[in-house]
Amino acid sequence: MTSIINRRCRGLIVSILLAFSNTAFAAVMDLRPGVTDISRRILELHHLSLAICVAMGILVFGTMFYSMYAHRRSKHPKPADFHESLLVEIIWTAVPILILIGLAIPATSALREIEDNSNPDLSILITGSQWKWHYQYLEADFGYYSNMSTPAEQINNLETKGRNYILEVDNALVLPTNKKVRFLTTSDDVIHAWWVPDFAVKQDAIPGYINEAWARIEVPGLFRGQCAELCGKDHAYMPIEVEVLPEEEFDQWILDQLLAIELASGQAVADRAKTWTMAELMDIGQTVFIDNCATCHEADGSGQGSTYPALAGGEIPTGPMPTHIERVMSGAVDTEMQAWAPQLSDLELASVITYERNAFGNDLGDIVQPLTIFESR
Amino acid sequence: MTERRNNQRKHIVLLSALAVGMVGFSFAMVPLYAIFCEVVGLNGKKYEQEISAEPAVLQVSEREVTIQFLAQVGRGMPWEFRPTEPKLKVRLGEIHLTSYYARNRADQTVTGQAVPSVSPAYAANFLHKLECFCFTQQQLAAGEDQQMALRFYIDVELPEDISMLTLSYSLFPVPDAEVASPTLASN
Amino acid sequence: MAVTADHAIPNRSPLIAFLSRWLLTTNHKEIGTLYLCLSFTLFFIAGAMAMVIRLELFQPGIQFAEPLFYNQMVTMHGLLMVFGVVMPGFVGLANWLIPMMIGAPDMALPRLNNFSFWILPFAFTLLISSLFMEGGAPNFGWTFYAPLSTTYGPPSTDFFIIGVHLMGISSVLGAINIIVTIFNLRVEGMTLMKMPLFVWTWLITAFLLVMVMPVLAGAVTMMLTDRHFDTSFFSAVGGGDPVLFQHVFWFFGHPEVYILILPGFGIASQIIPTFARKRLFGYHSMVYATISIAVLSFVVWGHHMFTTGMPLAAELFVMYATMMIAVPTGVKVFNWVATMWRGSMTFETPMLFAIGFVILFTIGGFSGLMLALVPVDFQYHDTFFVVAHFHYVLYPGAIFGIMSAVYYWLPKWTGNMYDERLGKLHFWTAIIAVNMTFFPMHFLGLAGMPRRIVDYSLQFADFNMVTSIGAGMLGLTQLLFLYIVVKCIRGGEKATSRVWDSAEGLEWTIPSPAPLHTFSTPPQFPIPEKVYQHD
Repeated sequence: MTSIINRRCRGLIVSILLAFSNTAFAAVMDLRPGVTDISRRILELHHLSLAICVAMGILVFGTMFYSMYAHRRSKHPKPADFHESLLVEIIWTAVPILILIGLAIPATSALREIEDNSNPDLSILITGSQWKWHYQYLEADFGYYSNMSTPAEQINNLETKGRNYILEVDNALVLPTNKKVRFLTTSDDVIHAWWVPDFAVKQDAIPGYINEAWARIEVPGLFRGQCAELCGKDHAYMPIEVEVLPEEEFDQWILDQLLAIELASGQAVADRAKTWTMAELMDIGQTVFIDNCATCHEADGSGQGSTYPALAGGEIPTGPMPTHIERVMSGAVDTEMQAWAPQLSDLELASVITYERNAFGNDLGDIVQPLTIFESR
Repeated sequence: MTERRNNQRKHIVLLSALAVGMVGFSFAMVPLYAIFCEVVGLNGKKYEQEISAEPAVLQVSEREVTIQFLAQVGRGMPWEFRPTEPKLKVRLGEIHLTSYYARNRADQTVTGQAVPSVSPAYAANFLHKLECFCFTQQQLAAGEDQQMALRFYIDVELPEDISMLTLSYSLFPVPDAEVASPTLASN
Repeated sequence: MAVTADHAIPNRSPLIAFLSRWLLTTNHKEIGTLYLCLSFTLFFIAGAMAMVIRLELFQPGIQFAEPLFYNQMVTMHGLLMVFGVVMPGFVGLANWLIPMMIGAPDMALPRLNNFSFWILPFAFTLLISSLFMEGGAPNFGWTFYAPLSTTYGPPSTDFFIIGVHLMGISSVLGAINIIVTIFNLRVEGMTLMKMPLFVWTWLITAFLLVMVMPVLAGAVTMMLTDRHFDTSFFSAVGGGDPVLFQHVFWFFGHPEVYILILPGFGIASQIIPTFARKRLFGYHSMVYATISIAVLSFVVWGHHMFTTGMPLAAELFVMYATMMIAVPTGVKVFNWVATMWRGSMTFETPMLFAIGFVILFTIGGFSGLMLALVPVDFQYHDTFFVVAHFHYVLYPGAIFGIMSAVYYWLPKWTGNMYDERLGKLHFWTAIIAVNMTFFPMHFLGLAGMPRRIVDYSLQFADFNMVTSIGAGMLGLTQLLFLYIVVKCIRGGEKATSRVWDSAEGLEWTIPSPAPLHTFSTPPQFPIPEKVYQHD
């Protein structure tokens, strides 16, 4: 315990020192410049308004502190008795108005540019759902889910936390440089907000509605962000990771993805041609369950109160098979139970349903084959 | 003294009326907001889901824009649902017919309601739908599928800075189709 | 309290007498005391929740609070602090002080006054009891955005809705009472423009309450019908709109923010002249500034919603209107500084808290101005920068305001002076702890930490640790405050009727402790100077 505190203290001192050295300052204590023209303009605006506030603060607090020093009773026993001056009141109404106008002008022009969503080169539909993002490439017509990849052991302090703790995902959004990318945001359940500070894009994802924002990213690299609107239990665990590639590499990446999708569908054909054994399905099912279901229903299927019902002995997992399949594939209306049909493959669905029906002491002994899932799609 | 009492009573009555009036105002915000959205095209939604009248004289302009179609399937909705054409290049003023494909993969009849959203939001007022599956609830028997028609044109008055429109439909299940009729459908 | 129960009926057991005295009291001073006690109690409960939050955020990872429980703590902390601590705290001060300041024997509607107080314990019991319910307490933030609170809310949301309704009724009734009192019971000669500023700011606050609490009631009613009666005000499925909820909520919510701060302005405007021994500078402009802040508060609610996809024109309008609020707020700050200028100042505890209020509230005002700029708000919105901003406005604003008021008027209420040395110790520890808690939050927000997250990535660890240590200190200073108040109630140096050598106002013409019934015969106004010397 002491060694942890010591290490933390040392870390703290080092980082405070670092914070005041110029380079690290921005990373710890200030907005970052980002990688778009807009993000830099926003940074300038931020610095301008901050400078004005600091100057006003020095003026007002300086006057106050001087007065508290010079006009304290021991030094200044007889108070003056002025208490009104129209001229002074007019001055300190008018001067701030002028300052504010000076601030409003650059803010307005930056805002006009931010809101100009016309003529995009590329559109991405971003759909938030509890607690993951789905990215759909509208031009190339494919999409995928992006889940946080930090293991639960790190969150529960059983393992050392990695460098990108809770900011890393399995499938990053991939974008090209120097293209006007339009982000359309929407949601499957509650309101989320898609935010990548380096692009200065923060847009609410609202169920039933579509919002838009855009960015033209100048440099390749990895950029991270987080969901910015409270969206329920795992709001903290809904990171965004964007990999920006030079244009040609991006085009190649799109082709690779389309090829991979084709291969996956070939694999799916093979999967459903095969008859799987209970042991195989239980094995895959457990992995799928831990990755996707355990965050709410718990690894032992015990659930969390009425919001996340127990699967051990639960009504659905021990009930008729078709109802169970339907619930997993389409989700349940007005609850946090999502539709998994678009998220998982036939094999994954078949094995996780088999797992739920046979793990946690449910022991129904029945098996769902990928072919059954394929036929109910 | 009585004068003061009268005054006091008057103030109490006025203030209570103000409080009650503000409750009324909070509910009035619902239609006011709808009107406001319609006027400024907020949220990309025309609240009055009315069928646009067939234009008497068709004005067609040379200007072309792209319209993108999206489909979202709501939670608990066992339907496959997608646009048959992901995007169209259309001339302003020209009437187009396209469709969405829907298939009920459940083993029972399911009713759905599609809710539209347009982006950029202020383009919503320039998109005129002559025929749309979103005007009514749609019902599909178990395993049934259907091409659902959408006939529309885009106003020639569409602002110059819009070159691309996105029309998105979110499809939601209607739980007790006979009993509950969502406010939208009843409009 | 040193006031005697002169209307308690004899021949009853002391317990019954005690209960009937406090349950049935219609006396403004006793009701004021009840409000302040309730506020103080909830302050400790909501503060304990803040401690849970800070304990969890002390280090990255999940330590003490599971995510759902953390969200409940965040929600209840906000709701209780806003509706249970600051609002009842200010209403308690209004009850105690407004009749004494305007020379009235009591509030205009004493029985209503009793009723509006006694609703509150039930409202908060309902709200707090939800913590022990199946599915836990509300977990959707104090702003309870739909659909997280409607479709996805826990079962206890209904208790929350009823609780909010009760609080709303209590606030509206209390506000009507205050307005009627101010309009009808002022002593002869006290025109509106001669009222003490605390009374002025409360008059404006009360109007805001009457106008916006019903809107909140409307919002939660719509939630209730959405949850149970198949309406769809806020759900896209039936043609509603989740963003509509935010409009209705913030139409209430923004004026609410000023409800939480305007009485604090009034308190500072009473205290600073006393200890600067100089009249308040620019009384008229103070009044006009307060009114214009209140009026502007009705047209700026959109600045909470810049990222919801507002059209450009609306964003621009709201941005300009929000920036305009800086002007009257600036006028108030300048006036306080000018009041201090060339005065003859001493720094007793109330003055220290008032100065702390002015300085730290101004810092919160600065970050508010920065937040008004839409382009930059896209980066600040829903980050810890916002958390820092409103805690600077509410902690050193509202809470310091209430604390300085308590120190200032406590001798009048109890007849005893509080312990000045401990009071100063309280101030200095509080001001260090407040800044240590809330200042690093600015950095966290700018560096990219979203608000309301139970866990954070490693680069935020150091400042979170500083913040948590500061929060722990801040929690401890409240125990000191409790001790000081209890000690003062139980005894201490006797206070004179004027208490402070140059305090002005009718409340300083009556003896300390203030007798249960005051101004049964109207006092003279303007106050003749000799009245102050009658001790």
